[in-house]
Parts: sequence; structure tokens; C-alpha cells
Amino acid sequence: MRDGSRRLHAAPRRDRVKLQNLFRTTAFKLSFAYLLIFTTFAFLALGYVAWNATRVLDDQMVSTIEAEINGLSDQYKAGGLRRLISVVERRAGEPGSSLYLVTTPAGEHVTGNVGALPAGLLAEPGQTEAAYARGGSSSLDHRAIMRIFTLPGGFRLVVGRDVEERDRLRSIIGGTFGTSLLLVILLGVVGGWFVASRVLKRVDAMTETTRRIMAGDLGGRLAVAGNGDELDRLARNLNEMLERIGELMHGLREVSDNIAHDLKTPLTRLRNRAEEAVRSAGSVADLRLAMEGVIEDSDGLIRVFNALLMIARLEGVSAGELMAEFDVGATAREVGELYEAVAADEGLPLQIATTGDLRLFGSRELIGQALANLIDNAVKYGSANRDAGGIRVAAERLEGAIRLVVADRGPGIPEAARGRVLDRFVRLEDARSRPGFGLGLSLVAAIVRLHQGTLLLEDNAPGLAVVVTLPALAVGEPA
Amino acid sequence: MGYASPPSIDGVTSAPMRLLIIEDDREAASYLAKAFREAGHVPDLAHDGLDGYALAREGDYDMLIVDRMLPKLDGLSLIRSLREQAVATPVLILSALGQVDDRVKGLRAGGDDYLPKPYAFSELLARAEILARRRAAPAGTAEATAYRVGDLELDRLSHRVTRAGHEIALQPREFRLLEYLMRHAGQVVTRTMLLEHVWDYHFDPQTNVIDVHVSRLRAKIDKDFDRPVLHTVRGAGYLLRADEARGA
Repeated sequence: MRDGSRRLHAAPRRDRVKLQNLFRTTAFKLSFAYLLIFTTFAFLALGYVAWNATRVLDDQMVSTIEAEINGLSDQYKAGGLRRLISVVERRAGEPGSSLYLVTTPAGEHVTGNVGALPAGLLAEPGQTEAAYARGGSSSLDHRAIMRIFTLPGGFRLVVGRDVEERDRLRSIIGGTFGTSLLLVILLGVVGGWFVASRVLKRVDAMTETTRRIMAGDLGGRLAVAGNGDELDRLARNLNEMLERIGELMHGLREVSDNIAHDLKTPLTRLRNRAEEAVRSAGSVADLRLAMEGVIEDSDGLIRVFNALLMIARLEGVSAGELMAEFDVGATAREVGELYEAVAADEGLPLQIATTGDLRLFGSRELIGQALANLIDNAVKYGSANRDAGGIRVAAERLEGAIRLVVADRGPGIPEAARGRVLDRFVRLEDARSRPGFGLGLSLVAAIVRLHQGTLLLEDNAPGLAVVVTLPALAVGEPA
Repeated sequence: MGYASPPSIDGVTSAPMRLLIIEDDREAASYLAKAFREAGHVPDLAHDGLDGYALAREGDYDMLIVDRMLPKLDGLSLIRSLREQAVATPVLILSALGQVDDRVKGLRAGGDDYLPKPYAFSELLARAEILARRRAAPAGTAEATAYRVGDLELDRLSHRVTRAGHEIALQPREFRLLEYLMRHAGQVVTRTMLLEHVWDYHFDPQTNVIDVHVSRLRAKIDKDFDRPVLHTVRGAGYLLRADEARGA
């Protein structure tokens, strides 16, 4: 029963929720605010017009009355009450005339086109606005601005103008205002509704897509309408973000695949070595030798893990904290000199050449590590071909950039394979027998990417030249 | 990374140090304590940050070994609090996070040295002994301008090195290498310590670059003399000492 009623109510409730969502949209709220502001302004503007118009009409009426009174006063002065009465009588009969009334001191009607006035009004001379009855009628259903005089002898003269026109104008303005207000509200609500529901539809679509993406469909992208509005920009940025996240996820998956694939080999070797020692070591010395081998193997594994973690770390974040101004030339000389002895032992002369302003904003430690990896590789591969020449380490200043080159005379890398060696764990077949886990170059690539530089593998004819280009500090720029 | 090594390094004796190990992994902590004890030192243990902080404030330790991730109070906050309380005991940070920026954070918090896990005990021992000795030197003592180990002499001002009165010509880097070894004469110095202090880099050099530099230096200072002063300590590093004749 309860379930049934809940289901019955579900549909209208969903509609209500939808409506509430619409009211909650920014577009709707904005439309509503604009509507309110426009209405207020329209009200103020029309009110001002109406007030001014009626004031002008009132002034006009008052001055007409003034003129009439001046005329009548002249007539009265010239011909007394009788003359006044006859003039009033004549004027009152004219079409579109002003309002006139002459009464006895007791208030009895003598002449004029005013039928009746509110009781007691005649007792107060001066200008007033009051109701009156047309001649021949006694219902006070019209209004006028009037001026009341007491003539010598107690007779009273009333001159006035009907305010019907002014009131009609007022009501027309009022009506116009009402209609336009209604129109504005209607248009505002409909427009707001239209805009809000359009926006809401797009936002709903975006929400739906993001929900799908969160549910695991990482290939999903937000729709871009192509009109370049703010929602489009947002969608585009979110899509780029998703692209980046996808790349990172892909990288992560690749790493875990590679860990599974490539670390199992040394782990198996380590395990075999330990097992072998347990089974057949005859003496403490044998055991000790085996254990040393085990530790050596695990050190190698730790090294791989460290390199992997470091690559992941460098690709995942910006290392602003590590960045400072430093001289790459000095770093190249230091690291070159660090490896010079090893290279010499391998029979490879190592030349270091640095020229120009080589100040860079970056991480000395990481660039040092990158150079160390590159030189280490150069020593490793260059030694295969030591008669062809030694290793060249160079740092030079280009326009807005610093170029680092580490070149060897080893077998080089075939052009087709150059892109691939930057991937993690890739070692070309003929290098499989050499020590190292193929992470060196991808770590260098990650460091270069962190510094917003480029990494190129070039033919050193013969041998390999690794060319790293890093954006430099402008000459003379302070740290 | 070193090789297998017994906890105590053959033939090397240094003054016993009192140290506090703050490490929440009890197994790792007792392994460390045992190893330090075998090396002739006196370790105390704390298993969480708060205990460690209380002990470090009260006890008179020559040095502290602090794990970065600790229950109740993390390692870096612990060190920061100690430094705020003007506790100047040298601190060596152990961390599973070995990245460059983590190291910077650790040292900025007031640590004196940083060792990423996993480490070789010989490396930890060598670093701990050097830190503890640094503390033993009275604060404000100016660094010596000359070092002398047996008949080997190094003058830091004139950059002259002599052995038994004969001048030995060294490259600038070899001079700095020898200077570092002589400053820590009688103590084991590891390869990574040399890379850190002589070259000022903290990465893992992977190959035997340091060994090659040391053998070049050795060729200059030991080759023509009967009693070598620069010894290799298997599985640990190098040791500069003149008191006995040992085969290098």
C-alpha cells in the first residue's frame, strides 16, 4: 500500500524536482533578477511621466480658471451682479465651457452649469478639488478643480474645470503600465525559462557524460556545441583534462603491466638464488656468498622501483618546489667530470664543452640526474666501439633555449626504433644482455618534460646523439 | 646501496652513542636496535610519534632516527616541534618516500640527513655516526684549517697536500674528496655520502663512478707509501685512518 502510493506520487514529484532544478539554474535566477530590475525601472519611468503630465494639465486648468475669473471680475466691476449673472449664463451654455455657478448668500442656485456641490463647500472660499453634479442633476459624480468667491452682498461665484480628461489620461497611463508590466513579466519568464532550460539541458548532458565517465567509460567526451561560449570552453577544458587523465591512466596501466612483466624476471632470479642456497650451500661461506647475491639482486629491484616511482611522480605533478635558477653549464661540467673517470677506464675520452649564458630555471638535481643517465648510457654503449671515438657532452646557448648534447660513437639507435626507446622498459634486443633496466632514457624524458623541454635522438654518424633543448632564462633576467 | 655486511664494520670503533629510534614497525625497529647494539651503541626505541617526542625532549641523546610516517604524530611534525622547543639533537629521517622533493621537505622541517628506505644498515650506521660526532663537537667551533692523518696532511687554506713531507698534486675535485675523507677520518664514509658532499648530488649513480674517483685518489696518496691510509670497507664504503697497516 505504502509502496503503491509512493509509486503514484513518483511521477509528479519528478516533475516538481525538474521544475525546482530549473528554478535553481543560474540562467533562471539571472533572468529573474533582470526582470525585477527592468520592472522597477519601467515603473519609475512611467510614474514620472504620469506625474508630470497630470501636473501640466492641473497647471493649465488653474491658469484657465484664473483667466475666467479675471474676465468675470472685469464684467462685475463694469455691470455689477446682474451683468455677471448674464455673462455666466451665456458662457455656461457654450460647448466645452468651464464650470460656473452663482448662488445666493443662502446657497440657492441662481445660474450656472453646476447642478449641486457637496454641502458646506461654498462656505470655504478659495481653490479646491471636489465632486460636483452636472447642471440638472443632483448626484455628485464628477470632479473638478474649483475656485470659490464671496461677492459683496453674500453672493457666491464658483468657477471651475472638469478634471475628467486628466483622470482619463491617468487611467490610460496606468492601464498602459499594467499591460506592459504583464508583457514584460510574461516575456521575462518565458525567455528565462527558454534560456535556463537550454542551459540546463546542456549542463544535464554534461553531468550525464561525466557520470558515465566516472562509472568507467573513460573514452567518453563532453559534447562541444561549437559556438565558443563559456559552456563550450568548459567542455573543451574538461575534455582536455579527461585526455590528460586518460594518458596518465594509460601510463599507470603500462607501468603496472611492465612491472608485472619485467620485474618478475629478476624476482624469479632472486628467489631461485635463495632457494638454491638453502638447498645446496655447503658452508657458511657459500651461504654468505649467496646472501650477498640476493642483496645485490634486491638492490637492483629497488633501483628499478625508485626509477619507476620517480617517473610516475615527475609525470604526475609539477615540481615547482624544486625549481630554482642554476647554471646548467656547471652541472654539465660536474656530472661530466663525475663520469670522466669511469669513461676513461673504459677507454673512452670524455669531452665537455659549455658556452654562453647557461642559466636555467629548473631543478639542478634532476637535470644532473638526467645528464648522469645519458652519460652512463653513452659509456655503456660507446664502449662497444671505442676505436670510433669518445663521448661528447656539450651545453650551448641558443635563442631563448639551452641545448644539451650527449653523444657517443656506439652502435646508435636505428631511426625506426628511436621513438620506442623513450618508453619505459624498452631496451633494444642487442642491449638485453647489458645491465640496466631500460628506465634511464624514460626518466630523462620525464625530467625534460617537467622542464617543458624537448628530447631528440639523433644520428651521430656513427653513434647516438641525445639532444635536450630546455627553455632558458632570458639574458640578464634576474632569478 | 651497499652489499651484505655484518652490523658492525670490521676494525672500526667509534665512541658509543646514545640514540633514539622512532619507528612504528616493531620488527624493523628491533632489527635496527640490535644492529646498533652490535655496533657498540646504545639505542632506545619509541613506536609512535608522541612517545618519541616525549623521549626525545627528555632524554639526552646523541642523535635521533625518525621514521617519516608515524602514528599519532608524523615524523616531520615531530621534528618541527622539537626544533621549536630548541632541541638541537641531530635527526636522521628514514622514509619510504625517497623522492627529491621529499628530501627537501625533510631537511626543511629540521632534519639533518635523509635516508630513503630501503637502505643498507652500513649506510645508516655511517651516517648516524657522522651526525652524532657533529653533535659532539662543541657548537661554534670553527672548522679546522688543516687536517692531519698520520703523515698525510691537508691544508685547506693553501690547498696543499703532503704525505711524509712530499707534496702531492691533486685535481680540485680530488682535493675536495680527500678533504671530506680527512674531516671524517676514522669514520666510515659511504659512496652516496661522497656523492652528496663532494659533488652535491643525491641521485643514485648506478655505476661505480665514485669508486673510480677514490681509486684515482688512492693512487696518488697511497701508492708510493708502505702504510695505506685510505681503506675500503667491504660492503660499506671508505675509511681514512693511519693507525695500522692494512691491505687496501
